[in-house]
Parts: sequence; structure tokens; C-alpha cells
Amino acid sequence: MHPQLSSHPAHGSATDRRLNSMLRHIDPSIASSSLSSMDSQISASPTSGFHGDSVFAHVAQAPEDSILGVTVAYNKDPSPIKLNLGVGAYRTEEGKPVVLNVVRKAEQLLVNDRSRVKEYLPIVGLADFNKLSAKLIFGADSPAIQENRVTTVQCLSGTGSLRVGAEFLGRHYHERTIYIPQPTWGNHPKIFNLGGLSVKYYRYYDPATRGLHFQGLLEDLGSAPTGAIVLLHACAHNPTGVDPTLEQWAQIRQLMRSKGLLPFFDSAYQGFASGSLDADAQSVRMFVADGGECLVAQSYAKNMGLYGERVGALSIVCKNADVASRVESQLKLVIRPMFSNPPIHGASIVATILKDMNMYDEWTVELKAMADRIISMRHKLFEALRAKDTPGDWSHIIKQIGMFTFTGLNSEQVAFMTKEYHIYMTSDGRISMAGLSSKTVPHLADAIHAAVTRVR
Amino acid sequence: MASTMLSLASASASPSTSLALQNNRMTKLILGTSDHTTLWGTKKSNPFVKTKSRGQITMAVAVNVSRFEGIPMAPPDPILGVSEAFKADTDEMKLNLGVGAYRTEELQPYVLDVVKKAENLMLERGENKEYLPIEGLAAFNKVTADLLFGADNPVIQQQRVATVQGLSGTGSLRLAAALIERYFPGAKVIISSPTWGNHKNIFNDARVPWSEYRYYDPKTVGLDFDGMMSDIKEAPEGSFVLLHGCAHNPTGIDPTPEQWEKIADVIQEKNHIPFFDVAYQGFASGSLDADASSVRLFAARGMELLVAQSYSKNLGLYSERIGAINVLCSSADAAVRTKSQLKRLARPMYSNPPIHGARIVANVVGNPALFDEWKEEMEMMAGRIKSVRQKLFDSLTAKDKSGKDWSFILKQIGMFSFTGLNKAQSDNMTNRWHVYMTKDGRISLAGLSSAKCEYLADAIIDSFHNVK
Repeated sequence: MHPQLSSHPAHGSATDRRLNSMLRHIDPSIASSSLSSMDSQISASPTSGFHGDSVFAHVAQAPEDSILGVTVAYNKDPSPIKLNLGVGAYRTEEGKPVVLNVVRKAEQLLVNDRSRVKEYLPIVGLADFNKLSAKLIFGADSPAIQENRVTTVQCLSGTGSLRVGAEFLGRHYHERTIYIPQPTWGNHPKIFNLGGLSVKYYRYYDPATRGLHFQGLLEDLGSAPTGAIVLLHACAHNPTGVDPTLEQWAQIRQLMRSKGLLPFFDSAYQGFASGSLDADAQSVRMFVADGGECLVAQSYAKNMGLYGERVGALSIVCKNADVASRVESQLKLVIRPMFSNPPIHGASIVATILKDMNMYDEWTVELKAMADRIISMRHKLFEALRAKDTPGDWSHIIKQIGMFTFTGLNSEQVAFMTKEYHIYMTSDGRISMAGLSSKTVPHLADAIHAAVTRVR
Repeated sequence: MASTMLSLASASASPSTSLALQNNRMTKLILGTSDHTTLWGTKKSNPFVKTKSRGQITMAVAVNVSRFEGIPMAPPDPILGVSEAFKADTDEMKLNLGVGAYRTEELQPYVLDVVKKAENLMLERGENKEYLPIEGLAAFNKVTADLLFGADNPVIQQQRVATVQGLSGTGSLRLAAALIERYFPGAKVIISSPTWGNHKNIFNDARVPWSEYRYYDPKTVGLDFDGMMSDIKEAPEGSFVLLHGCAHNPTGIDPTPEQWEKIADVIQEKNHIPFFDVAYQGFASGSLDADASSVRLFAARGMELLVAQSYSKNLGLYSERIGAINVLCSSADAAVRTKSQLKRLARPMYSNPPIHGARIVANVVGNPALFDEWKEEMEMMAGRIKSVRQKLFDSLTAKDKSGKDWSFILKQIGMFSFTGLNKAQSDNMTNRWHVYMTKDGRISLAGLSSAKCEYLADAIIDSFHNVK
């Protein structure tokens, strides 16, 4: 996209020089001499402070983020029956966001504690938070922790933990390809690419069964180069809700270890998927138990409802304590030029809750209640579709786990549901069950029924 | 648990297991290709896969050698590492003049009263913790741009400023660097010599080339203005010029208003893009407006520019990580597009920024009573630093019989003083006097109490005269 160039006597104006330099940025092959005489289309008043076009003229408008953009569109819709099933944020039966009681309690304690200060955290973050997070995901009695083989650094929720992990691997690991499931969370490929890794896909979701394409998964991981990195969703796969069984996890582990593939777990729903923190950590613990290495990105956005506080952690389980300590020092070099040190508020809330037995117990109860409500929404939607005799097998709604259901609806059907029924969801057919209530299930069932019967 | 693993391995008849079973004890498992260089790379031998056969059970044992074995220990951060060393020191005279974090006269960290008030308000309101938009809290973005440019500045009225909440100064600089890398490929950033140690790391990691322009003149312990002008002129047209809005870090030496005008002239002449790092607005002189005058001077000329802001020091919100990147464009349309691209860079970095610090700032700056209180607290902090500067100068002048001119301490502004001590002398400060500072000779006056000025003066005089 080059402006028109034509010859013009005398010197170029400041406008021309600015456009010249911009052109050189876009196409360095343009020699500066050929641009010395250039007629700009823009005439600037000699007395105006600024002459001509912006240096940002070539910056195009970016499209809205496809997931977060759903909420943007939802907010714009004036319909009273609109339903936001886009982003994965928990809603109550009344459709309201919720702050856990135990979180409010913790926050009260923190704000009222007059001895607290706001000094910079260390680059790796709040020490207590890091230790407690590692215990939460690996188990308090994990030998890896006891042997000091785990380094944990506080990061900006799941995204930030994945990004720091990717940057670290991009610099220090010999294999720069990461295999990610097809499909996966929309932000994954962008995070890894910008972190310096190239992305390949392994088969995961089988549209025919609306379940796991296990054979395809094994084949694709089996043919990955030795040492390649493999992204695994620890539980409650996003967007499909389809998880391997424990037996399947065992086979995946064995295959990966035999090929020296490096596991990188994304754990965004521990406790939120089944209601049990330990059950939802089984996949990760299975891998750690064999003494091998892995990376784990943890998020507290959903399970503690701390979305906007951006709390998470990256753990790297290493062969031995010496390696873990060197790895930690290199993680600091990734973090310092990115954000220097992490935000204190959310991490302090988490640490307060995890280290107090009563608060921890309260948390597990509130967590289970959230998970149970989602499971009950699954059953209600399934029943509603059955009652309407909606064509198709909808049992995947109750088989899938976690916040999301991969409905199997195509993008035309989704667009139809948005236009006619004001249902907001991502175009891949993913709905956030957390955004449903008993009151709104009938409306959604109507919309799905209509989409399936009227739109191919 | 382990025994379950082993029995699963032996029981399963999956292809991978049977392949493993075919191997003998301690042999490397060759997978599908006979080309060692493809598997292991050129020089390193990476025995990442070994199998051990023990009787019937062959399990792909997690390898004995770590995949990260070759990773060296990184050196400690030169600035943040100082505080770590200070903590480890048990000497009772120890003094931490390393990191730029404000301390009271009692050398305690300080949480501003307005911040406590804001947090209590927030707690009472019981606001939710939903995700912010990628660009951050709208109320914060509005007040931060208003604070920087002045709410009635035409650039604000004309909506020409793209503001995105960032992770304090560092995060905001990093977003800007990522924008430069993507949309101005090959463009260079020129940074002052010296500058904050983390600047070059940020541009390195963002893959933006950089070089230095002369700034500090050790002979005068002042600004090498001619050198600075000459180097800015020399830079390839359309370079980004990183400028400290006020209270230059680490030197404390700022251009005069007349010098700023000349700097703006040469930047315009060369079609460079000014890139301000504003980490001390209000903290340097005590006046928010005075400390923003350099930025406003450039804006008034109709120039496009980038400004990274931080609330770490002026609102004492260090660990909340709150700041912003502002891009002042020549049109509202360019601002909208630029903001959309900044969002695209933030999403794969951290998705959306943390709410807590943003709400505090929005509450303080947006509430007239709290805003006035803030200005008072800020004047108090800036005032304390000015007074220790004076006290240190007085102590040095009284104790040092050499006739050396210590007035640079009074001329420098902000949290830091560039003492002119070299590395060996700085080491002496630490090793002999337990005074912790960065090796470039920078001391943080924010960490100095008037009670300790005499002791510090002794240390400086000793290091300066007795160590080469």
C-alpha cells in the first residue's frame, strides 16, 4: 500500500520526508535517493504544527478478538432476551457474576491488615503463593516438590503462564515445535507463536462421535519428532469438554515418555471440572509420578473466580534440584523485560485462602457448588432438547465436562441463533454452560431446535 | 501409584509398548529414522530417550538426563538483585539505596493514605472481579490520559490518543516495543547513555534494534547536550527516540525547557518519533503539571508520540503493576486503529490486565477530594527527597576538604542521584560501608533518611578519594 509517487522539483516537505521514512519501513528496498523528490497528495498548511499524514497510517484496524469479541457484540445488543454464552466466566442462577464469599473474606483481611505494604514482589512473585500453587496441582506430598525439583513462578493467569513457558522453551529447549490439540482454545496458537515456537496440531476431537479421537491422537503424537513439546489440557478440555479417561491418559503418558515428548499442561479448571481438586489433577500427577519433566500453567481465574486479578503460575518439574534452580534463574530473565514482577493482589488472596485450613475448606465447598450447578445445567439442557424431540444425539452435552459444551452446531447455525434468538456464542459452536440458568435453558433449547431444523 | 503405572505398561498391548519390549537393556530407542543428526541435532548428544528392560516389564523410563541440563545459571538482576543482597546483610549500619522505592524518614515502605481510602471504598462497594477488556479499565484509561496531557488538551478533545492499560512502566514499554517491531520493522530505538538498565532488555526481547545517544557527561556530572543533539541527528530518519519525561533514571539530570525545545526541533527535522518513559510524574518536582511539561511541549507542536506511564512511584502502587501506553496520533482514526493493534499484542501476552491497581488509580484521580489529597502526599514525598538531597550536600561539603563540587546533588532531580562513583568505588560502598547501590554509581535518595546522611557522606568521600 504505497502512496502515489510523482516527481517534483525542489526539496520535499516534512510530509514527504515522513512518508518517505514510513515507506522505507514498509519496504526497505526503496532507496532513499529515489524518494527525495516526491509529490504528496496531502497539502499541509505551513503554519500548522503537524504536517501531513500519520506515521501510523499503515496500521490497519484489527478485528475484535474472536472470543472476547462475543461479549462486545452481546453488550451492543438491546434485546431483553439476549444470552451471553461466549466467554467462560461463571454466572449464578440469576445470571450474575459472582465473587466467592471466601475471596471477599480474604480480601477484607488483606485490606484491613495495616502491616501490609505494596512493595515490588520478587521477579518470580509471591513465595507463599508459588509454594501453595505447586502443592495444589502436584499434591502436598509430591516427591517432586519434596526433592526441590519444581520451580514455580507467579504469572498473569493462564495466558501469562503459557507465554512465559513458551518464551523459555523458545530460548532454551532444542525442539521448537509444540503440538496442540485440534481444536483448542483460540488464544493458544498466538501465544506460542509469539513466544517463539511453531505450532502443529494433533487430532483430538472427533465430530462423528463428538468425543475423543483417541486413535488419531496416538498416531499424531506417535509421529511427532522426538522431544517435541505437547500441549495437554489437564482437565475440562476447552472448547470441547472432552477429556481422556484415566486409562487413556496412562497410554498417552507412556507414548509420550517413550518418544521423549515434553508435556506442557494447561490447567485452567482444577476443581471446576468435576468438583474435586484432586480428581482434576490426576492427569498431571500421573506424569509427575514417573519422575519425568513437564511444564504446568495454572490459572485461578475460574476456580477462585479471580478473573480480572490475573492470577496464575507456571511450574516446571525438572530432573533434579540443580536444574530447577538454573531454570528458575532463566525464567526471571524472561519475566523482567515483560512486566518486571507480577501483581500482588490476586496472589495474596489465593495464598491467604490456601494456607488457612478453614478458608481452604470453605473454598472447596463453593467450588463444588459452582461445578455442580454447571453439571445440572447440562442435564437440564439435555432434558429440554429431548422433550422437544430435537433431531440428533445430544448425549454429548452430559458426557462432556467443564465449563463448555461443544454443541456440534456449525457456524451458519450459530449465526442464525445469534440473529434470531440473540444467543451469543463462539462460531465454533462452543457454549459456556456457566452462562446458563434454569430460566434461560428453555430459550436456548428453542434456539438450538430451530437452528438444527431450519439451518444446514 | 508407581506399581500401578508399571502394571499398566506391561499389560497394555499398545504398539509403543511392544516396540519398547523389543529393545534390550540400556539401548537407545531409535524412533523411525536412522539419521542421528535429525534426532539429536549436530553436536550435542541428547540421550533423551532410554529404555530399561527389567525382566518382563519395559517401561519408557523418564530419562536420567534433564532436557534442561545445558541451561546455565543466569546472573541476578543488577537492580532487583541489590535488594536481595541487602536483605542477606546482617550489619546494623546497612543502607539500601538500590531500587527506587520510596521510604519514609524511618526507612519504612509507604502506602499512601489515599490508596488506603480508595481500597476501603472498593471493598465497601463490593465490585466484581470480571475480566477487564483487553485494553484495560475504561475509567482508568480516561483519567491516565487526562493526567498526562491535561484534561482540556486538544489532543484529548480530538480523541487522538490511544491509551491501553499496561503492566506498569515495564509492561507498557514492552507493548510499545512489540508495536514498533510489528509495524515499524527495522526501525531503531535510540536510548540515552546511560538509561534504566531494563530498557535494553525490553527492546532485545521484543527484537527491536537499539543504539545509544550521548547523555551523561561525567566531566560536568551534567547533560552532554551537544553530544545528545548530534547523536539524535545522526540516527536514521524515523527512529524512535526514548526520552525520560522527567527525573531521568539513573542520572537525575533533565534537560531545561529551552533544551527540550531544541530536542523537539531536531526530532521533527529528522522525522523521528518521540517515545517518552514517564515513571515519575508528580514525584520529581512535586507538581503533576510541571513534570508533564516535556510531553505536553511535544504534543503542542502537533507531533505524534508514544508515552509509557507508571503509577509505581507517584501512587506507591509498585506491586500492583499499573501503568499505561499512550500513542498520540495525528488523527482519531489512526488512534482507533493503533489501539486495536495494541490489543492484538496484549492478548497473547496476558489476555487482559489486572483490575486492582487500575481501580485504585481511577478512584483516586477521578475523585476530586482524593485527587487533592494525593497531590499533597506527593508533594510530601517529593519534598522529603529534596530535603535529603540538601542534607547530603551539606554533609558532603562540610566533611570533604578536597574542594570537590558536590552541587550536582542539588541540581539533579527525582529519586536518584548519579554520584559519579565507578564500579570499584561502588563496590567499596557496599563492601566497606554496607551501602547498597547499583554498580553504575546510582543511589536512590528515596531510601535515604536525614539521620543517615552523615554516614552516607563519609562512605561517599571514602570511596571517591581512596578507591580507584
